[in-house]
Amino acid sequence: MTGAGVRILLPDVLAPAAGGTRELSVPGTAGLTVGSLLDGLGEKFPVLERRIRDETGTVRRFVNIYVDGEDIRGLDRQHSAVGPGSEVMILQSIAGG
Amino acid sequence: MSAMTQTTDNILAVGTRKGLWLARSNDRTDWLLSGPYFLMNEVASVALDSRHSPPRILAGLLSPHWGPTVVMSDDLGETWTEPEAGAITFPSGSGESLGRIWQLQPDSAARPDVVWAGCEPISVWKSTDGGTSFELNQALWNHPHRPDWGEGYGGAAAHTVLPSPADETVHVAISSGGVYRSDDGGDSWAARNRGISAYFLPDPDPEFGQCVHKVARDAGDPSRLYAQNHHGVYRSDDSGDTWVSIAEGLPADFGFVMLAHPRTSGTVWTIPLVADGERIPPDGELAVYRSTDAGGTWARLDSGLPQSEYNAVLRDAAALDTSEPVGVYFGTRAGDVYASADEGGTFTLVASNLPDVLCVRAAQLGSPEP
Repeated sequence: MTGAGVRILLPDVLAPAAGGTRELSVPGTAGLTVGSLLDGLGEKFPVLERRIRDETGTVRRFVNIYVDGEDIRGLDRQHSAVGPGSEVMILQSIAGG
Repeated sequence: MSAMTQTTDNILAVGTRKGLWLARSNDRTDWLLSGPYFLMNEVASVALDSRHSPPRILAGLLSPHWGPTVVMSDDLGETWTEPEAGAITFPSGSGESLGRIWQLQPDSAARPDVVWAGCEPISVWKSTDGGTSFELNQALWNHPHRPDWGEGYGGAAAHTVLPSPADETVHVAISSGGVYRSDDGGDSWAARNRGISAYFLPDPDPEFGQCVHKVARDAGDPSRLYAQNHHGVYRSDDSGDTWVSIAEGLPADFGFVMLAHPRTSGTVWTIPLVADGERIPPDGELAVYRSTDAGGTWARLDSGLPQSEYNAVLRDAAALDTSEPVGVYFGTRAGDVYASADEGGTFTLVASNLPDVLCVRAAQLGSPEP
C-alpha cells in the first residue's frame, strides 16, 4: 500500500553521492522504517549509503537522522517508523575542528 | 645540477588532517602547490603508483562525519573516482567496520596490479586490480596473537606493509604488535621482533607487542631491514629474525620515520625526536639524520631547516623519490613541508601552514630527457 511520498533532505556535501540533488523522495509504503528506507537508498546510491552507515549497518557516529524533526536516537533508531508524508532529514552533527 | 633533474617533472602528494595537497616541480626546488583536495577529510595515506603512467594517485580518506574511503586519480588529480561499493570494506557478517586507512603500498613491478593496504582496526588488505577493490588478509586477521595486540596513541593499526621485490616475503608493522613476516605472500604470519625492546611492558623482550613505528627495506639486500621504534632504532640482516640497535650516533632513539635509499644499499634516513613524553626535535632544532653504512654512523642534515621547531614528523610524513640524486621530503605537524633534491644535503620549503601533515609521497613524471 502506497501513501503520500516521503521527502529525504540531505546536506550539500552529500548531494554528489545522491545524483547531484539535496532532496530525494520515496513512496510512503506501509511498514517503512528508517532502516528500510536506507536499504532502498543504498541500492540506488551505494556511496550515499556508505556515507551514512558503516559496513555493519550502523549509522555513523556523527551522522544525525531526524524523522519529522525527531532524532531517531530518541525514537527507535533505525526501527523508527517513517509514515506517508514524513520528512527525513540527514545532517552531520557538530564534530571536527 | 644534471640535465636529468632540470628536464623532469616531479609530483609531491601531501596528505594532511584536513585534506590533500599536490605540488609539481621541474627542479625539485621550486614547487607549485595545488589543493586542498577533499577538504575536511583526513588523509592518512597516499600512494603514487609509478607502475602507471602518469602515476596513479591513491588516497585513503577519513571524514569525521561520513567515514573512510579510498579514492584514485589517473590524471594527476584532475579527476577522481571512488568505487561505489568502497575499495576497502569488512566482509558482511564480520561485525567490523573500517576505521582508518593507514597505508597504501603498491607492490613491485613484477606484480603490477597488486596494491597492499594497512588499516585500523589492525588489518592488512590486498588488491589485485590496482587498488579498486581489496580483500582482507584472513591469515593476519585470524592470527592467535590478535587479542593481545595493543593500541598506540594514534590507534591500533597495521601502518606499514612491505612486500619484498625479491620473492613472496611480506613484512607488516603493527602499533602495538610489532613486526610480522609472511614468507608465502600473506598466507601465514609469524612475529619477528627478537632484539627489539618493549620497555613499556613488564617483560621488555616479548615475542610480540613492540611498538614499531616504521620499517624500511634495504635496496641492495631485501633481507636487510631498518626499524624506527617507540624508543630504539634497529637493523635486521636476516629478514627480521633478529634485530640489533643502530641508535648510537643519533641524538635520540625516538621518532617515527625510517627511509631506505631506493638503489644504494646501506643508506637510510631518520628524523629523531626527543622522547616519548616530549616528541619534539632534540633541542627544538629540526634535523634529518642519514647513514650511509647501514646505521653504523649518522650524519646530521639541517641545511635549510628551521632551527626552532617543536613539532613532530609522523611515520608516513616522510618519503623519497627515485630520481638521481634521490629527493628527500617530509612534513611536520605544523603543516610545513620540506624537500631536498640532493639526498638531504639542502632542504627548501615547499609549503607552510598547512594542516598537520600525515603523509608525504613523491614521484618522477615521465622519462628524463638525456
